[in-house]
Amino acid sequence: MPTYLVRLAQAHESFRKVELRALADLYDVGLEFLTYDEDSPYCLVDLPSDSAARSIISRSILAQGVYELWGQGATYDELHKSVKSISASRWSQYEQSSFRFTVEGYRGGKLAAEQRDIIESFSYLDFQGPPRMRNPDVAFRIFEDYDLDVPTPKFLYFGRLVAESGRNEAKKVYDLKKRHYISTTSMDAELTLLTANIAQVTPGKLFYDPFMGTGGFPIACAHFGAVVFGSDIDGRTIRGTGGSARRGQTGKMDVVGNFKQYGLTSSYLGGFVSDLTNTPLRVPVSASSASGGFLDGIVCDPPYGIREGLKVLGSRQALLENERQSHEDQYKIPGYIPPKRPYSFIALLDDILAFAVATLVENGRLSMWMPTANDEDTELVIPSHPCLQLESVCVQAFNKWSRRLLTYRRLKESEIPKGALEIATKEYEKGTRASDLNGFRRKYFQGFKEFNNMRKEFERMKMAPANDGIEKDSTAEGGLGQKSETKH
Amino acid sequence: MKLLTLNFLTCAIKTCKTNPASFPLHPRNAELEIQEADINLPFLKNILPRLMWEEIRTIARELGLPDLPSTPPTPTDLSISTSSTAPSNPDTSLDTDEPSEAPAGEETPSQTALDLHRLLLETCIQEGILVCGSCGHEYAVKEGVANFLLPGHLV
Ligand SMILES: C[S@@+](CC[C@H](N)C(=O)[O-])C[C@H]1O[C@@H](n2cnc3c(N)ncnc32)[C@H](O)[C@@H]1O
Ligand SMILES: [Zn+2]
Repeated sequence: MPTYLVRLAQAHESFRKVELRALADLYDVGLEFLTYDEDSPYCLVDLPSDSAARSIISRSILAQGVYELWGQGATYDELHKSVKSISASRWSQYEQSSFRFTVEGYRGGKLAAEQRDIIESFSYLDFQGPPRMRNPDVAFRIFEDYDLDVPTPKFLYFGRLVAESGRNEAKKVYDLKKRHYISTTSMDAELTLLTANIAQVTPGKLFYDPFMGTGGFPIACAHFGAVVFGSDIDGRTIRGTGGSARRGQTGKMDVVGNFKQYGLTSSYLGGFVSDLTNTPLRVPVSASSASGGFLDGIVCDPPYGIREGLKVLGSRQALLENERQSHEDQYKIPGYIPPKRPYSFIALLDDILAFAVATLVENGRLSMWMPTANDEDTELVIPSHPCLQLESVCVQAFNKWSRRLLTYRRLKESEIPKGALEIATKEYEKGTRASDLNGFRRKYFQGFKEFNNMRKEFERMKMAPANDGIEKDSTAEGGLGQKSETKH
Repeated sequence: MKLLTLNFLTCAIKTCKTNPASFPLHPRNAELEIQEADINLPFLKNILPRLMWEEIRTIARELGLPDLPSTPPTPTDLSISTSSTAPSNPDTSLDTDEPSEAPAGEETPSQTALDLHRLLLETCIQEGILVCGSCGHEYAVKEGVANFLLPGHLV
């Protein structure tokens, strides 16, 4: 397999491999990491072909582009030697093409005159075609990787451009600052798009967000071609009379307006008002109809704090007979507000997992965000379910807390341990607090081979060189009760 | 809300969900609106096996919309098989009944696909109520947004 250089964005590092792997899996493309470092924007991978590289990278959010590797080395002498030995057979193919050469430096760089000399030093490639800066037939780039404040680069790559990613364009188009309708809990556009990639959105699929707020995730999924819908317990966020965090906005602001802004209304089924713990969606119950799931994916950022308003339908205390009667008498009167009660975040996470098991198709994805305090004493519990396989954990670290993006795959019927589904579904039916089952689930899950593989993977990632923490997320981690965040 | 959503919605009351009569919800006093949308053949094909055909027919009938055929279409019914015999393939016998393998992007939607698209992805309920066939509870739809929050005595 040919070797390619992926130029990554130096941001959200613990998401980068996860995104590329998810896309490779989605397009059924073999992807092998040859070199990868959280602290570097350059990684080398094996991919079967240009078209495979293009299909993955063109929609990646954390890659900037992919290049066929024509050479590498610690010095320019080494680089030229490497170019001559690796790529000489390909030179003639581009002999007559219009072409472009550029030099990029990471954490350092050269003056324009020096760059020209560098480009000149490649004249042995003997390209006859016209140089062209805009839309050339073929584009080459020299990559210089520096250590901070060191004048000479520590490593060099030379590559032929295969595809640029949609990163810059998508970030610009979906920028929250320019979005019609947002609120204080709207998630950053880059992260919603990234979530959609990790959840393997593709054209033709159906995606749902049970906590949709201003619609950030459904919009990102629709961008990648899915048909989407969502719901929220707060009707104002969907109808839009709740207003927007942006100042000075007047007039109707709503989720539909966002879809209109991006020309995505064809992909939006609509939004409704509902509580996840009392969902109006069908939850196919019996084990035999478990493959009766209808969602290809669920993406969400569940409520967890005061601002996000974690609450569910119901009353703090059982209603007295006369109270019941007064609800019954009044609920059809406009302005009636159904009672809500506080609820535990852990219980809600388990409810989401149970909901996902009931509604996802086989191999469907659940991608959900989960915040945790950066507190040494709190054990990190990753919620689990016998019918869901944890695919990846990404971490975005802040000062006092961090949040994780957990992605699960709905197992196929044939993959589910005997009896596990029946037990899990029955509990969901009875409305048992899913948290009561945690002991059972954890024990169950520990038996899973995948879990151990995952753990090893995290351990391996932790051994990767520590990053220096400049405007960055932490490295990935996810072993139970273990922490490895970069302290800021 | 586009009509397709009704294919997934049932009563929000937990004890109702197990009663088959809770699905589908029955639209009453519905104000419909057509909102034009681009046809999405890959989506229709993907979603076809997940459609509860009998129930969708019921909904269409209750809304006074044109009758749907009694059996659901198959994925091949959704696109017109452009039976162009490629000149580069002279060996292909003319009476072969294998569908031509046009690349997904170039498929032409059939009338069946257009009808389904119109019904499920362009027809929207703007106002009205959705009634549970099991418990009779009514869920209001206002400005295209259905409200499934349960009153205190039903949680
Ligand atoms: C963190 S926000 C999600 C924001 C959203 N991703 C966006 O881009 O605007 C969580 C949302 O969950 C809603 N919510 C809270 N409790 C809920 C419940 N029990 N069921 C459904 N939604 C709920 C809140 O109203 C809030 O809009
Ligand atoms: Zn009911």
